[in-house]
Amino acid sequence: MDLTYTPQQQAFRAEVRAWLAANVPAAPLEHFDATREGFEAHRQWEKTLKSGDWGMVTWPTEYGGRGLDLIQWLIFEEEYYRAGAPGRVNQNGIFLLGPTLIEFGTHEQKQRFLPKMASGEEIWAQAWSEPQAGSDLAGVRATCVQDGDDYVLNGHKIWSSRAVFADWAFGLFRTPGTERHKGLSLIFFPLDAPGVTVNAIKKINGHIGFAEIFLEDVRVPAFNRLGDEGQGWHICMATAGFERGLMLRSPARYQVAAAKLADLWTAHGNSADPALEADVVRAHMNADAYALNIYQTASRLIAGAKIGPEASTNKIFWSEMDIHLTQTALAILGPLAELTHDAPDAAPVDWIDDYIFALAGPIYAGSNEIQRNIIAERMLGLPR
Amino acid sequence: MDFTLNDEQLMFAETARTLFADSCTPDHWRKMMEAGVARDDARWAGIVETGLTLVLLPEAAGGIGLAETDFALIAQEAGYVALPEPLVESAGVAAPLLAALAPDHAILTDPTATIAIAHPANPFVANADSAAAILLEKDGETFLATPDQVTLTAQPSIDPFRRLFSVAWDAADATALGKGDWDLALDRAALFSAAQALGLAQRAVDLAVDYAKERQQFGKPIGSYQAVKHHLASAQTAIEFAKPVVAAAAAEIGAQDVQSRARVSHAKIVALEAADKAARASIQVHGAMGYSWEVDVHLFLKRTVALTQTWGTPAFHRARIAARMFDQPMGPDQTFARETKNG
Ligand SMILES: Cc1cc2nc3c(=O)[nH]c(=O)nc-3n(C[C@H](O)[C@H](O)[C@H](O)COP(=O)(O)OP(=O)(O)OC[C@H]3O[C@@H](n4cnc5c(N)ncnc54)[C@H](O)[C@@H]3O)c2cc1C
Repeated sequence: MDLTYTPQQQAFRAEVRAWLAANVPAAPLEHFDATREGFEAHRQWEKTLKSGDWGMVTWPTEYGGRGLDLIQWLIFEEEYYRAGAPGRVNQNGIFLLGPTLIEFGTHEQKQRFLPKMASGEEIWAQAWSEPQAGSDLAGVRATCVQDGDDYVLNGHKIWSSRAVFADWAFGLFRTPGTERHKGLSLIFFPLDAPGVTVNAIKKINGHIGFAEIFLEDVRVPAFNRLGDEGQGWHICMATAGFERGLMLRSPARYQVAAAKLADLWTAHGNSADPALEADVVRAHMNADAYALNIYQTASRLIAGAKIGPEASTNKIFWSEMDIHLTQTALAILGPLAELTHDAPDAAPVDWIDDYIFALAGPIYAGSNEIQRNIIAERMLGLPR
Repeated sequence: MDFTLNDEQLMFAETARTLFADSCTPDHWRKMMEAGVARDDARWAGIVETGLTLVLLPEAAGGIGLAETDFALIAQEAGYVALPEPLVESAGVAAPLLAALAPDHAILTDPTATIAIAHPANPFVANADSAAAILLEKDGETFLATPDQVTLTAQPSIDPFRRLFSVAWDAADATALGKGDWDLALDRAALFSAAQALGLAQRAVDLAVDYAKERQQFGKPIGSYQAVKHHLASAQTAIEFAKPVVAAAAAEIGAQDVQSRARVSHAKIVALEAADKAARASIQVHGAMGYSWEVDVHLFLKRTVALTQTWGTPAFHRARIAARMFDQPMGPDQTFARETKNG
């Protein structure tokens, strides 16, 4: 065990910090879920990132990355959040599909998809959920039928984040006549392909952050299938492992939030309930514990371990931490809590929006009830 | 940066696990409870023989000279079996304090001796009656006395294996040893309490998992019901997020600065919270059985209550974390950063 950074890691941190200081836009970008302009501004930022070779630092250089390890990724993320750099509009691509493609894709597939993902040229949506298949993902009904060198896709997907503006989606499809986990395949389709209809759905904050997707005889080359036909469930669970375990929520996000909460307490604490200080301390403890846990996991993965069902504990931890943290901020703000960011008296940090966003945490990426089932059955060995 | 344990670090933990698994079962506790004793000489001899009491002791004092990380793993195993003997306090806290002051002291050469410690953080001294000597503090000075040189008043604890005493003593009857690092002793004790708590917590969950697989209601094992699963999954999640904090606290304790103290305090709070959550979930999952003397969970609960309030209360430790938060830079680049000013 060595909890200090090597000189190389420190040099890397300095390099990231300097580049971000010179390149992060001075004014915050409009949210990528709010408008097409906000989305495109974020795409532009992804291109800027790529110009500095920061698209996805852990990927091999031949696929548009820097070939760095997970500790360096954590350092990159720390500096990224510290600098207040824009949110990653392509997170479904770079953090979820990317690692899965690296594990399961052919060389040709990696060459075709990864560099454009790292540069923001192609922004991805995840098309797994269906109206009848949410928590019970093995119940998806959308179909794929091979026809020569193509697949023909049909079905109805829903809750697909950022699909309104995105370019591509990775979907879960069933070979007709198959049941449950068997016969599922992971297939990529362009969101502007003939037969694809995307309808925006507003989230509770009013943003068109997700969408439903109708597929009617959509043709894509069989090249777009990741892994073998019928291997989709297995591959999706690997993706879910990245999503829950590591990539989707790097610790830096919560450490920045905990630091802002401490500032809020310093600014408003004298007018708030003194008992709230314990919650402010708790928020720091949670963010710190989460960071330590992820560093430990990253070290284990570098040493050759694989992500297992314990990834589900991460999902529960970060989602519940986020709600606790943002709720504490609202409690400190008191009557200011309900103000939206454009109110004249609004606090500099939009805590109410952060709270509303946090409420989705226990639902997406597999609901926390489902995560607890996974922990109980696969980690603790309780019967189904 | 490498946040993993190596094989050597795991070796003593493995030794302790094997030894305790054989010698410290619920049967053993129950015989001891009936006999009203808190020390099993045969087991203690085994502990001494395998070198567990020497792990944290410096080589100058005849020890093995390993670090807190190594001893924390042993403490965790002690927690897993709710070890009756004061291995953790004696070999993890008191002996290193004594060794720093008097590495040649005769007590350190007697491996069967246990040392009790009367730390100002605690009103009572644990296992003072069976100790070969008690470490005492007065006006910053360290003293050593044998139990018959002081007046012990028993203060029975809910934990049958923690024998607590008030100690009245006179410096004239004790041996003065000099200053002594009582702050480090507190940090070590808090850290090893946290490590024990990880063991206590995991045992409480494991006992409940075993029971939930066997016990049937409505024609199915109760472990197949989601309410039962979710109790235990929540407890396991708390354990998973206390583990790396304890590991980091053990690795950093030597810095003895605002950051390391906050980390130790963090570890103590969250590990004992995890133990509390796990013990209560375990009792709930066991139903009325869980509330009976017959089932072992209560011992883990009682040790948890004891360790939560001793070696600094949660409020004390929270204040040390607040001190780090409000005196030192916060933010994502500060996880492993060290303060510049020492306070
Ligand atoms: C902000 C947001 C973004 C999303 N983005 C995407 C995306 O990009 N791509 C995508 O494919 N999907 C996305 N989703 C969908 C998300 O994955 C699903 O909402 C989630 O899996 C739950 O499914 P459901 O909404 O159908 O709820 P249901 O499955 O109907 O569940 C409703 C409630 O019942 C509980 N429940 C269901 N089954 C069980 C059970 N067996 N045991 C205990 N409780 C149970 C659930 O926990 C939940 O509380 C997103 C959702 C949100 C909120």
